[in-house]
Amino acid sequence: MSALLQTRDLSCARDDRLLFEGLNLALNSGQILLVEGQNGSGKTSLLRILTGLSLPEDGEVLWQGQPISEVGPDYYEQVNYVGHHDGIKRDLTCLENLRLVQAMGKPLPIDLDDALDKVNLYRFGENFVSTLSAGQKRRLAMARLVVTEAQLWIMDEPFTSLDKASMAMFQQMFEEHLHNGGLIVMTSHHDIEMPNCDVIRLNLSE
Amino acid sequence: MKRLSLSQAFWYLLRRDLLLAFRNRSELANPLLFFVLVITLFPLAVGAEPNLLARIAPGIIWVAALLASMLSLDAMFRSDFEDGTLEQMLLSAHPVPVLVLAKVSAHWLVTGLPLLLVAPLLAMMLGLDTSAYGILLLTILLGTPILSLIGSIGVALTIGLRKGGIILSLLVLPLYVPVLIFAASAIDVAAFGLAADAQITMLLGFLFLAVSLSPWATAAALRMSMS
Repeated sequence: MSALLQTRDLSCARDDRLLFEGLNLALNSGQILLVEGQNGSGKTSLLRILTGLSLPEDGEVLWQGQPISEVGPDYYEQVNYVGHHDGIKRDLTCLENLRLVQAMGKPLPIDLDDALDKVNLYRFGENFVSTLSAGQKRRLAMARLVVTEAQLWIMDEPFTSLDKASMAMFQQMFEEHLHNGGLIVMTSHHDIEMPNCDVIRLNLSE
Repeated sequence: MKRLSLSQAFWYLLRRDLLLAFRNRSELANPLLFFVLVITLFPLAVGAEPNLLARIAPGIIWVAALLASMLSLDAMFRSDFEDGTLEQMLLSAHPVPVLVLAKVSAHWLVTGLPLLLVAPLLAMMLGLDTSAYGILLLTILLGTPILSLIGSIGVALTIGLRKGGIILSLLVLPLYVPVLIFAASAIDVAAFGLAADAQITMLLGFLFLAVSLSPWATAAALRMSMS
């Protein structure tokens, strides 16, 4: 059986510098791909190519055997991307931000206060994002995973500015997602141990 | 739960942008203030000779409107680009051109529409013939959305550049010129008591063309700028 998410001979260059080439990946439901490597080794570029935001220099990304450029909106619907930027508006409240996230994606039938509770932001619903700390903003950005439905989670350094307790909480959330048939692609500078999950490691520096 | 219908998503994004604009009211007033200031400076510089002012009023009003619109363009996608919401918009399951249209509409409502409200006052100050007021309002109503729509393409192309401001003006200004010519000419003709149907029809044509084509161009340009 072919994998859900595949890359075929993917290569990426930035300013005439080849970051990686001939990258063949295959990811199935229940699997997590941890992308590792030094700064500037192309981790973010790879993630952006997988989301379809950037185009590879060569090769293609396949979803269920079809190139993502052909699948289009049906692919975007399956993807939840937490990028380097939080993707939330400073001048909106937490709840307003989550409603917007739901409006743009495929909303899950979850009460938004419960969703905030899940990322430990309960009672912050009416607070403006500009008043939150960096870690709280990050948690709000991650709340998009809770309020919208997507099989593939792509996350760029999700644990930036998070404390240990929040990291553990999100790892727990990731494990649940994997056990429910989800796929995860993420980069992280932190050591990730997920003994109960099918972890694939990819080091772009080697 | 099903995802929102396309029109719901459109209204949602439009409302969000209006809410954000309302919360940053001081920035909102900038283009309007610019418009008013430029026009009020003219009688001081040119001299308060009623005939001369009335004669050049259409040109002054439209040049000021055009520059005010250009001044406000960069804000259209800037904050979304910086905080990553633009990225999320491109990854939305909804067609991006429709979302772009929502953003441009919101931008026009907060920067173009206010010009419509103050234009009659300024026209009165310049002594424009009262018979041309209707056409003046009509040209602003039809013309400023064209400016926002065309401008959105330029902004989308230059958003990734560190110093995109000058390139944006050079890119967008030539495309603004036809609007300027037909709009000013329409008011001119109306002030002489003639029918401005031809010019208004042209503007209407430009507007339809811009509404139907520019969101696609903007969406493509945004994708290019983000990759």
